[in-house]
Amino acid sequence: MSRKPIFHIFFVLATLSTLAFAQSNQQLRFCLHSDPKTFNPLLAEEDSSETVRYLTGGVLMRLNRLTQELEPELATEWKVTDNGKTITFKLREGLAFSDGTPFSADDVAYTIQQMMDPSLHSPTGDAFRSGDGKVQTKVLAPDRVSATFPAPIAGLDKLFDQVAIMSAKSPKKEMAVLGPYAVADYKAGNYVLLEKNTNYWRHDSAGRQLPYIQSVRLDIQSNRDNEMLKLVHGEIDFINSLDAEYYDKLMQQNPSLVHDSGVSLDSEQVWFNQVPTSPLPDYKKAWFRSTAFRRAISEAINREDLARVAFRGHARPAVGPLSPANKFWFDTKLQLHPFDQKSSLARLSQDGFRMQDGVLKDSSGHTVEFSIITNAGNKYRERMAAMIQQDLSGIGVKLNVVTLDFPSLIERITRSFDYEACLLGLINNDLDPNSSQMNVWLSSGENHQWNPSQKTPATSWEAEIDKLMHEQATNLDPKKRKAAFDRVQEIVWEQEPFIYLVNRNALSAVSPNARNVHPVVLRPQVYWNIDEISIGNEVARNR
Amino acid sequence: MKWARIFGIGFLLMVTLACLLAPFVAPSYAHQFRDEPDAAPSNQHLLGTDDLGRDRFARVLYGTRVSLLLAPAAALLSSLLAVLIGGAAGFLGGWVERLVMAATDLFLSLPWLFLLITVRALLPLNVSPITSVAITFVLLGCLGWAAAARVVCADARSLAHSDFILLARASGSSGFRLLWRQVVPNLRPIVFAQFWISIPVFILTEANLGVLGLGVAEPLPSWGSLLRELQSYSAITGQPWQFVPLILFVAVVSCFHLVLLEQESLA
Repeated sequence: MSRKPIFHIFFVLATLSTLAFAQSNQQLRFCLHSDPKTFNPLLAEEDSSETVRYLTGGVLMRLNRLTQELEPELATEWKVTDNGKTITFKLREGLAFSDGTPFSADDVAYTIQQMMDPSLHSPTGDAFRSGDGKVQTKVLAPDRVSATFPAPIAGLDKLFDQVAIMSAKSPKKEMAVLGPYAVADYKAGNYVLLEKNTNYWRHDSAGRQLPYIQSVRLDIQSNRDNEMLKLVHGEIDFINSLDAEYYDKLMQQNPSLVHDSGVSLDSEQVWFNQVPTSPLPDYKKAWFRSTAFRRAISEAINREDLARVAFRGHARPAVGPLSPANKFWFDTKLQLHPFDQKSSLARLSQDGFRMQDGVLKDSSGHTVEFSIITNAGNKYRERMAAMIQQDLSGIGVKLNVVTLDFPSLIERITRSFDYEACLLGLINNDLDPNSSQMNVWLSSGENHQWNPSQKTPATSWEAEIDKLMHEQATNLDPKKRKAAFDRVQEIVWEQEPFIYLVNRNALSAVSPNARNVHPVVLRPQVYWNIDEISIGNEVARNR
Repeated sequence: MKWARIFGIGFLLMVTLACLLAPFVAPSYAHQFRDEPDAAPSNQHLLGTDDLGRDRFARVLYGTRVSLLLAPAAALLSSLLAVLIGGAAGFLGGWVERLVMAATDLFLSLPWLFLLITVRALLPLNVSPITSVAITFVLLGCLGWAAAARVVCADARSLAHSDFILLARASGSSGFRLLWRQVVPNLRPIVFAQFWISIPVFILTEANLGVLGLGVAEPLPSWGSLLRELQSYSAITGQPWQFVPLILFVAVVSCFHLVLLEQESLA
């Protein structure tokens, strides 16, 4: 027998085994900016824990971040009944957790009970707390389960996008998961290593089990500069959320790395302190309570410049409470508040203010001067504050910019109320206003920042907002809910308790070696389809 | 080392002069040329513009003015407090000295930066940038006396037991007169040295506060706010003119040390 065919067979086998090795050793890497505080999916509330939850947790249904539509996952069907109080799921059969424990309706019931247990203080459960009383769960069959909440919850099904199902029976407790990956190793301050869940239920169209990538290494790296250098040097595969400066820098080096997915859900806004018991002089309280004053200030701010200069063009002037990225809920009738200092001065003049030697004075002769606080170290907010300072000087208003460390700022805006105006942002993860906006718009809400925790609404328009928010929260008809929340947006546009400034863009950077990555505006922007992402074999071989 | 002192003083005088002439040689430090953010150096903007389009040359001059004017003022305040507290403790000795030094040790063990951040956060919000910068440096002066007080106390103690003080006591001099006429003049070299040491320390502390975003309020520049531009990787590459405030800062602090070395050798 000739030696040549043996050599060929050996060569082919060697090549195949190398490819197989490369495939099996594929590892995706990216950075977390802090250690995850918990691996319990029901307790996740900061970015790192939520990232681990997203990568490991199996959910009943998932909001497709691209289409913004709800898609079946562990539940194949679901039905909301009883005026929004009850939801019934039909589950996939034959699934198992990462440790091999079978998945059943008992696990769903257990997870919901755990989530609603007041002693656990689950942040995920907060969105479901619609009224007093206990949640009732019923296992109707091994693949059917229902949950009845004490009061109707609008958008109930969408809330389950955040609920990772835990095993009721597994000895590994929350470490037994139904998502594409399971936590394999964690070194505090160093990394979290996730390995492919071999029991993951999803397969691609060719019948191959997902996810494609064998493991995910989450390097804990708080320094953004180091994160960017790691990406440039090929040590990580993407940066999920990128600053405008880093985006521009990477754009110069390698335009194929960066993605601007357009305007995100996040907003930056200013509000005036309207708390009646705040230690402000009465004349200032009167300014801040005046709609004309707030609208005049709003019109004197050049939002286009804020977006162009402060955010390097990677933001859009904000119209109102919601960003256009929220396709369903955004009220398209609203128009941008114009930058018009003449109109601003006319409004102020109608309200009794007058210009005197380039300085604005109120009807009692008080010079219009106030301070704006923002958190120290946030360069975008510091830039915006400095720009607003210059804009307001155009209408004779003297603005003092004060940057405070975050705990001091929170103390002032939530407890002592010893501040005049505040510039902060809102990071918005949810599309449905019922889950993310209730606490902001209800006058009794703690996040009703300009005048929180009111016993009764201080103004007629706040009373109307309260009524509309309850209406949208208790109505199951999406059109009626939309109409109610549109009116809320219009009232906020007219009254401007929050002066919305900009919506920043969702910026990310992805290595060309990562395939099937489609960054979107909703979190998590880059890895929302983690189980479908793959990496080039060359890269895999080198790791 | 005389040449070093002359060079140091000469450089500091030159910088001071440039700062005093700032209104005549540089446009406004606060005006935002919003169509030219992060511009490269040009005839109109000698050191380019910052991220909001403000003239960096003007900001460097005014920022240096702020830091060079107020850091010595804060150093003077802390040196006076050090003489008052440390001098009295060392001269009186006994339980007074032990008590004062225990308080000084306690003061030294406090985390300075956090203390400054806390005190800064408690201050009234509605103050002008000028007042804000003055408050920042007064705080630095009021909190920075402890280390100098220990040195002054040790020196005052040795003076209190020296022969010439004994002679002065024998001649009928006592109490405040003895302290004022005999001890304080002899503390001068050590106090002078402590004063010079404090200036760069306060400049650095203000810069640290500025880097944390808690220093001088907008739109007034200071070295702290100017150095913040160098925080990000994107700033370090491609725009070398952004290093000018850092180079000037290092040069000025080095010159203070050159002058200080000469003072120490004199002392």
